[in-house]
Amino acid sequence: MDPRIKILRIGVASCGIAAGAEAVQSKLKECAGSIPVVGVGCLGSCYAEPMVEAVLEDGSGILYGNVTPDDVPGILELGDAKRFTPPPQREAKQLVRVMALAGRIDPTDFDDYVSHGGYAGLKNALEMSPEEVVNEVKLSGLRGRGGGGFPTGNKWSFLAAKKAEQKILICNADEGDPGAFMDRSLMESVPHQMLEGMLIAAHATGATKLFIYCRAEYPLAIKHLRIAIEQIRERKLNVIDGRTLDIIIKEGAGAFVCGEETALIASLEGKRGTPRFRPPFPTDSGYMNHPSMINNVETFGNVPLILREGGEAYAKIGTAGSKGTKLFALAGDLSNPGLVEVPMGTTIAEIVFEIGGADRDKVKAVQTGGPSGGCIPVELFDTPVDYDSLKALGAIMGSGGMIVIGKDRCMVETARYFLDFTHRESCGKCTFCRVGTTRMFETLERIVAGRGQESDIALLEDLGRKVKAGALCGLGQTAPNPVLATLRYYRNEYEEHVKNHRCPAHQCGALVKLEIDHARCVKCRMCVRTCPVGAIDGDFRIDPEKCTRCNSCLDVCPKNAISRTDIGE
Amino acid sequence: MDAKFSFLNKVDRDPGNLIKGLQLVQAAEGYVSDDGIRAVAEYFSIPPVEVEGVVSFYAQFKRVKPGRHKISVCDGTACHIKGAAQVLEWMRQELRIDSGETTDDGKFSLETVACLGCCSLAPVMSVDGKVYGKLDRKKMVKILKEF
Ligand SMILES: Cc1cc2nc3c(=O)[nH]c(=O)nc-3n(C[C@H](O)[C@H](O)[C@H](O)COP(=O)(O)O)c2cc1C
Ligand code: FES
Repeated sequence: MDPRIKILRIGVASCGIAAGAEAVQSKLKECAGSIPVVGVGCLGSCYAEPMVEAVLEDGSGILYGNVTPDDVPGILELGDAKRFTPPPQREAKQLVRVMALAGRIDPTDFDDYVSHGGYAGLKNALEMSPEEVVNEVKLSGLRGRGGGGFPTGNKWSFLAAKKAEQKILICNADEGDPGAFMDRSLMESVPHQMLEGMLIAAHATGATKLFIYCRAEYPLAIKHLRIAIEQIRERKLNVIDGRTLDIIIKEGAGAFVCGEETALIASLEGKRGTPRFRPPFPTDSGYMNHPSMINNVETFGNVPLILREGGEAYAKIGTAGSKGTKLFALAGDLSNPGLVEVPMGTTIAEIVFEIGGADRDKVKAVQTGGPSGGCIPVELFDTPVDYDSLKALGAIMGSGGMIVIGKDRCMVETARYFLDFTHRESCGKCTFCRVGTTRMFETLERIVAGRGQESDIALLEDLGRKVKAGALCGLGQTAPNPVLATLRYYRNEYEEHVKNHRCPAHQCGALVKLEIDHARCVKCRMCVRTCPVGAIDGDFRIDPEKCTRCNSCLDVCPKNAISRTDIGE
Repeated sequence: MDAKFSFLNKVDRDPGNLIKGLQLVQAAEGYVSDDGIRAVAEYFSIPPVEVEGVVSFYAQFKRVKPGRHKISVCDGTACHIKGAAQVLEWMRQELRIDSGETTDDGKFSLETVACLGCCSLAPVMSVDGKVYGKLDRKKMVKILKEF
């Protein structure tokens, strides 16, 4: 073993574990002797998991990526195999502040957090009056990271101004956007940071009961939060201004609408998670009619930074209307997916191409804001990410999911996918959302199945406008966005589907067939053997009646002789 | 109350804990049975219909007995883009069941979920809570054989 190694870190957040990090961790422990093997959180470059970092005497580290247990002996000699250097432009464009400790500390070790500056923000806050703290947050310009972008300092001042026996603070850790994992990473990797933010908020607003509403699909995040809360109790950090705070974790039960404030509160009360009309706003009447304030995980995660360095210093980063940094969960059609953090104002092109390493010739668009958001076509990638610029394009900042969509994807099918999601997640309380999203979904199903009519496009636009205007809560008010945005930028794809019954991207199963190019085919029979439904005959012809378009043959063909083409008449 | 459900005592009788109570029942039984509904209703002193109403609202709660191993294929955005529909099609061919169903031998049940939080490894599925990423057909078949 190389004597310079002082600590071995291994990323064992959910994506690390899914990539096989636990086997690597046991092997490291077995071989490392007296050198501590520390399980840390997200290292950001999810595409290279499992990742190991050998930390040397001088504090520098050597990273290894895509590690298997067999690589461990080599790593202990600081060998060159599997060394991982993040692409330099990925590093250059990022500004890692909120996630600075992720991957560097043991999430279950209280002292590790404190020795890296943890709870210094709380200490400063407690030396200030509540009004001063609220003021710092206002000065920072921080806006809610949960999607709405509401100024956080203002929200805090509403709750602080309330005179009530009990005030409630709620952390929204429901992370409902399917395809986003910023909050999960932050909770798993640095659970104390968000909790520190909540304690600061409790001091600033006088809240005494703190809830964390976390989706049940995040067991590791919940585990780390539980440990962290216990550590807080042991150290009596939950005693603020002489009051002992209750900190309670509530697990969600799989309903997207419960990310909406009033639905979340209903769910906390043990009821069906249906939203209600606002006003009254939760800060006036929320959980069990107590004044309640809801902030997102990442919002709370930013607060310790503000109290550490001061609101004015914090506000130096970002654009005029959007301050600080933003986390994005970058996934989809690109080579380097993962969690990235950039200053507000970074362009989409910088995120997708320079940080994400996506191929400029292969990208069609990105989807931000998940099912509530919209797509941004590649021609507009020079747009900076801030709340207002994205809104102007018909997309939204959202909570930070950013899915790269390749040229070979069909935008109508993408819109259908989102409406499939939202119409199922509609709680059913208001008609516009319940019936409107269902009709939109059915129309899109018809179009991708090749049964669409030209009038369907106008129908979608009309329904979309009405659902937006008539729905009770944010779910319905934003559900048409993916359809309206794709209609705005990719109308031609819709028209091809309804007029010519063609899917230009060759994705929609009902409108394509798989075909073997006999000039390329070497008759190796791989496809014949692989086809699960026996659709390929001895002459290497694919029977379109039997074929389920599962792509199994296309994936195994060594000569790339199989392709998807128009089904024709 | 049925002694089988005495574990409910772990939570306060505050109706705010109804969802937690149901989660405990589901963890113990694998689903929420009629007996489970009755026990929870009695414990929190709420009518069984209201409990049923809450159960039917949340996707997590199942009212039918699942197979011994639970397969969740992720159909979140990232996985959808990366071919979740294909993974489901392969599953259908391997197990001869659709999402929401259980194999005849009671071994596997199949469901789709929205995002397991490992989007960068898309397409993703989990079996009994363990997540497997970067799926292709071969890998998927191999994983099924492990069970
Ligand atoms: C349908 C719907 C789903 C939402 N899901 C989430 C979510 O998963 N996480 C979140 O933080 N906010 C979500 N929100 C936004 C919240 O309602 C709320 O605005 C936010 O948590 C406030 O915190 P912030 O000001 O810190 O952003 C959702 C809103 C709607 C309408
Ligand atoms: S979309 Fe499948 S893990 Fe997130």
